[in-house]
Amino acid sequence: MGKLLTVRDLVIKFYTFDGVIHAINGMFFDLNEGETLAIVGESGSGKSVTMKSLLQLLPSPPAKIESGNAYFYRNGEKVDLLYLSESEINKIRGKDIGFVFQDALSALNPVLSIGRQITESLETHMELDKKEAMERAIELLESVGITGARQRLYAYPHQFSGGMRQRAMIAIAIACSPKIVIADEPTTALDVTIQAQILELFKEIQKKMGMAIIWITHDLGVVARLADRVMVMYAGQPVEVAPVEELYENPIHPYTIGLLEALPKLGEKKKKLTSIEGTPPDMIEEPHFCQFASRCKFANEKCFKDNPPIISVGTDHYVRCFEDIKERIKVQKVKTV
Amino acid sequence: MDERNEVLVEIKSLKKYFPLKGGLSLGIKKRAVKAVDDVSFEIKKGETLGLVGESGSGKSTIGRTILRLYEPTEGKIYFEGKEITNLDKESLRKLRPKMQMIFQDSYNSLNPRHNIGYIISEPLIIHTEMSHNDVRSRVQELLELVGLKTRYMNRFPHEFSGGQRQRINIARALALNPDFIVCDEPISALDVSIQAQIVNLLQDLQKKLKHTYLFIAHDLSMVQHISDRIVVIYLGRIMEFADSDELFKNPLHPYTQALISAVPIPSPRIEKKRKRIILKGEIPNPANPPSGCVFHTRCPIAEDVCAVEVPEYRELESNHFVACHFADKSGKSRII
Repeated sequence: MGKLLTVRDLVIKFYTFDGVIHAINGMFFDLNEGETLAIVGESGSGKSVTMKSLLQLLPSPPAKIESGNAYFYRNGEKVDLLYLSESEINKIRGKDIGFVFQDALSALNPVLSIGRQITESLETHMELDKKEAMERAIELLESVGITGARQRLYAYPHQFSGGMRQRAMIAIAIACSPKIVIADEPTTALDVTIQAQILELFKEIQKKMGMAIIWITHDLGVVARLADRVMVMYAGQPVEVAPVEELYENPIHPYTIGLLEALPKLGEKKKKLTSIEGTPPDMIEEPHFCQFASRCKFANEKCFKDNPPIISVGTDHYVRCFEDIKERIKVQKVKTV
Repeated sequence: MDERNEVLVEIKSLKKYFPLKGGLSLGIKKRAVKAVDDVSFEIKKGETLGLVGESGSGKSTIGRTILRLYEPTEGKIYFEGKEITNLDKESLRKLRPKMQMIFQDSYNSLNPRHNIGYIISEPLIIHTEMSHNDVRSRVQELLELVGLKTRYMNRFPHEFSGGQRQRINIARALALNPDFIVCDEPISALDVSIQAQIVNLLQDLQKKLKHTYLFIAHDLSMVQHISDRIVVIYLGRIMEFADSDELFKNPLHPYTQALISAVPIPSPRIEKKRKRIILKGEIPNPANPPSGCVFHTRCPIAEDVCAVEVPEYRELESNHFVACHFADKSGKSRII
């Protein structure tokens, strides 16, 4: 599997009237061809900001990319997405990288028919004429499970239900057979039954077209169903990256451990949920010690003084924490037993 | 134990239709959205009854109709053994302190122009004759009870996070020591780590204050965690009703089975092996519900009879009710 994307040392700040918000502090990750990478974190942890920055979708001002690189490998050539010109990034948006947004109703254009919105990218990127584009759009709508596609082409977004709109968005995202689809919480607003349908659809499409998917979510259940690798984010930083099974069975970062413990298990009754006390930090101050320290049950003085390093704790398993974290977890376990 | 079996709230054949507006009604029968159609259940004192279903299934309507925020179209509502279906405004007002509600959208349910001290004290001012100082100390007590600092009293809703706002909502609901609280998706708008905090708070409060919850949600795993018994509802009708553990170990209705199988389990190992029932399509329009069993259009085991005959809501196993022609058959395909 070849690399598709390498993001390194990304720092993004928002210059607002209330002060400078340190939204992303040293983001890094890789994406391989054909894999599904899930990015998990609370609201405000910087999941969407990172992804939007890749396609230069952040409004600037207030957003400013301070440093970092995001290399995208295209036909053996390496381009830095963050510093492409408007016309160059336009060639990548929708063509090489598709985007599925959380709120389909506001992401779709209300005054254009669904068909027009699908054919738009086909005509710009694939150089199809109107008729060919329409035929391809019908195929696409059918492949995302919309029945009566030929008539539906002329429908407008408000005439679709939530699940159908999400399907239409997926059709737009995959129209030009992209190498990467970024899905930003595409199922969060949907019912579980519809969510299950959409998850299956993504799997099916990935099998057929072989693209890589970056899946942004805060639902660890969805991650377990879908992902190959997982990155957990907290306060603008990745805190743990691991293959999916490794992450669930051997979580190292205290935040990951807390997240997994906070979930009720279906079919088994626990007396009380373990919750992570406190709330995420506001990001006005520049981080010079561990951002999670104040909520961490394994924290000591060191955690309030220094920024933790990124350590390797297994194959493809990285954690942003101090070297002795494993011992600290062990000690705590012994104490509670 | 004896207290547990006392019934606090009971609804009998409750119906709530919302008439459809528009068009000429020249002798044509008025159409209506049948949001709740013939629903009966009882809530015991001190228990948490879970109410699950997809959006548009009528969960919230049931909650609101029980509190008489909506007028029921037909059927009866009992509270502490007394019928309250037709109570007039004045007697209803006297009853209100005993039944409260926590809303899903903690932002829109708090008045942005009032500080939270006032928001929480409002029910006390309306319903009691407490002195100014007593009200103040009660508000402080409530803030502490829900885990907020008393010095926040003069702050406004927008200064709080979603989780904190939900705590304020809970404090307001508790102000008058209610017996019964309808929680309408109180956690679905919150982050995972905060959800656990709020659910723990609700459970701790129940232990301390012994009130009864109707917990409405679409997140099955949370409902299972907090509820003693669960009602599964689809298009305004009850599909299944059982103890929470029983429902998950032995779901009899194909809809319940599909719902459970749709919830992703946070374990990649289990997810890989799991059998999945993917329902086709979406919940039909409640203005024009399918004939016979309302679920038959999406049901994986439907047969011809399902489109014609409404299945009887029956007690198939002890304390386990289900409305399906083939429930005894479907029960064999366990999913967890």
